[in-house]
Amino acid sequence: MKSLLPIVIVLVLASGYGFWHKNTRGKVVVKSDKGLITPAMIGADLGSRATLLQFSSAFCGPCRATRLLIEDVTADMGDVAHVELDAEANLELVRQLDIRSTPTTLFINGAGHEVGRAVGAPKRDQVLSAIAAIR
Amino acid sequence: MTQVIDSKKSTTIIDARGPRFGAVITTIVLAAALATNNVWFIVAQAIAFAIGAFKGPQFTPQAFIYKTFVKPRLKGEVPAEDVRPPQFAQSVGLLFALVAIAGVVSGVNAIFTVAVAFALGAAFLNAAFNFCLGCEIYLLLLRARKN
Repeated sequence: MKSLLPIVIVLVLASGYGFWHKNTRGKVVVKSDKGLITPAMIGADLGSRATLLQFSSAFCGPCRATRLLIEDVTADMGDVAHVELDAEANLELVRQLDIRSTPTTLFINGAGHEVGRAVGAPKRDQVLSAIAAIR
Repeated sequence: MTQVIDSKKSTTIIDARGPRFGAVITTIVLAAALATNNVWFIVAQAIAFAIGAFKGPQFTPQAFIYKTFVKPRLKGEVPAEDVRPPQFAQSVGLLFALVAIAGVVSGVNAIFTVAVAFALGAAFLNAAFNFCLGCEIYLLLLRARKN
């Protein structure tokens, strides 16, 4: 048995990162506006009040859970659209909107401006209050 | 209303607890490798990673232990997961294991230590925090490659 120091260092660093990561995922934060998002850019109509634009990828576990949650939340909201895009098939848009990981969900108002984004799987109340904040 | 655009075909769905339990064993094996500086731990783990990467994470020795000894004792609903995210993580693990072995073969022990340390960090994050490696790095790799 040599030294246990490398193991301790790795586990401490990974734990710190893990707790930080867990606390920041899913939070809806306001980002600087990256310009107007149009139906032509995402290949789908925008909702009259709000659109939740979700970027997903093949190697992403929480993307599925995020889709099911947003599907459920927006099911009886006629003025809110949910659009899920495969990030890999839309790399140009991914760069333009600076999407770095999946799932990332943009909250877009009726005019087509991004008013918030959640990186990682959001919780139900986070989605609900972010939608409620869009008029 | 939900619209899914450009979605890939549906894939195999597995018990999500399997890969996470596997990550606990992998963490122990990698920690043992780092503590003892013994390359054979990494050779064994590389074989397990290769099975997980090419055949699927539900066929690794870790998955066999899970199915035989752990799953029969678990109650409650089975959380389902797409097989592709853990399979991607196994591929990344295989890459680090091969780098570690290359370090030993070429006589540069620091390469072994660093590569095993990164693999240990990722396996531990998966086991302790249910960390999704594919979520964080796959898109960054795509963006870097096609720039």
